[in-house]
Amino acid sequence: MEFIQNYLYYIASFGLILIGLYIILIKRNLIKMIIGLSIMDTGVNILLISMGYLSGGTAPIFSRENLLPSRMVDPVPQALVLTAIVIGVAIIALALSLAIVLYRHYGTLNIRKIRGLRW
Amino acid sequence: MRKAVSFILVVIIAIGIGFSLQEVPFGKTKSEVRKYYLEKGIEQTGATNIVTSVVVSYRGFDTLGEVTVLFIAAIGLSAVLYRKEERLKKEVRKSSLILYTGCRFLFPLIILFGAYIFIHGHLTPGGGFQGGAVIASAFLLTMLGCWRWGGINRNRFKITESLSGLIFVVVGLLGLLYGGYFLLNYLPKGMPNELFSAGIIPIIYIAIGFKVGSEITGIIDNMTRSG
Repeated sequence: MEFIQNYLYYIASFGLILIGLYIILIKRNLIKMIIGLSIMDTGVNILLISMGYLSGGTAPIFSRENLLPSRMVDPVPQALVLTAIVIGVAIIALALSLAIVLYRHYGTLNIRKIRGLRW
Repeated sequence: MRKAVSFILVVIIAIGIGFSLQEVPFGKTKSEVRKYYLEKGIEQTGATNIVTSVVVSYRGFDTLGEVTVLFIAAIGLSAVLYRKEERLKKEVRKSSLILYTGCRFLFPLIILFGAYIFIHGHLTPGGGFQGGAVIASAFLLTMLGCWRWGGINRNRFKITESLSGLIFVVVGLLGLLYGGYFLLNYLPKGMPNELFSAGIIPIIYIAIGFKVGSEITGIIDNMTRSG
C-alpha cells in the first residue's frame, strides 16, 4: 500500500506508456494505432513532470513574497514538457495526414490489407 | 499468437522498468541545476516565472529547434496532403442562428485570452506555446461553427508565421552584436513582477505565440480541406 502511495505517479505514467505500446502492437486500424501513440506521448509527459517533483513543493513562479527557492519543484522538466506537448501535437497531425493519404490510395485503414505494413 | 507475443513483450518491459524505478524515488528531486535556476533566475533574466526563463533564456536555442520541428511538421503535412484543387463541391450546411451568433461572440474573447496568456508569459503560468494553441482553438471554433466566410486566408497566415519566426531569429542574433552570444538578454530587465520587464523574453514569447498559433491553424485548415 505504501509502495502505491509513494509511486502513484510513476505507476500511472508507465501504465499509460505500456497501454499505448500494447495498443500499437495489437490493433489493426491505423487510427487506433495513432490513438495509442498519443496515449504513450501523454504517459511520457507525466513521467517527466513527476521526476522533477518535490514533496509539498510549489510552482516555480515568484508571484508573491516569502516563497523559498528550496521549496519549489524542478523547472527544467516542465520547460521540456511544455515544448514536447506542442511537438506531440505536430507529430500526431503528421501521422493522421499520412493515414489520410493511405486511405486515399488503398481505400482501407486495416494494416493487414495494406501491402508492406503486415507483421 | 500475435497478442501473446505482444503481451509477453509488454510484460518484460514492465518488469525491467519496475527494477530501474527503485533508484529514482518520487518527490525527492536531486538535480543541482534546479537550485541554480531557482536562486539566480530572477537576477539573471528578470522573469518571475522560472519555467519561462528556462525555455526562452537558458535553453532558448533548444526552443528555436523545437519551433523549427513544428515548422517542418506543418510543411510536411501540407506537402503530404497536397493535391490540385479539384473544386470539390461539398454540400455546405449552414449552422443555426444560435450557433452562428454564439460562435461569433466567443471568437474575439478566445483570441483575447490567448493574447493575454502569451503576453504575460514571463509573470504567470503560460507562454507562447499555450497562447498559440488557444488562438488556434478559436480558429477551429469558427471552422466548426460559423463557416460562412469561406475559410481562412492562407497567405496571411503564412506571412504571419514567417515574420514571427524571423523576429525570433533576428532578436537572438542582435545579442551577438551587443555582447557576443546568441540570445543575450541585452534590453533593460526592469523590476520583477511588472509587465515591461525581463528584457527580450516577452518579445520572443509573443513571436512564438504568433508562430505557433498560425502554424496550428494552418495544420487544422489543411486537414479540414482534405477531409
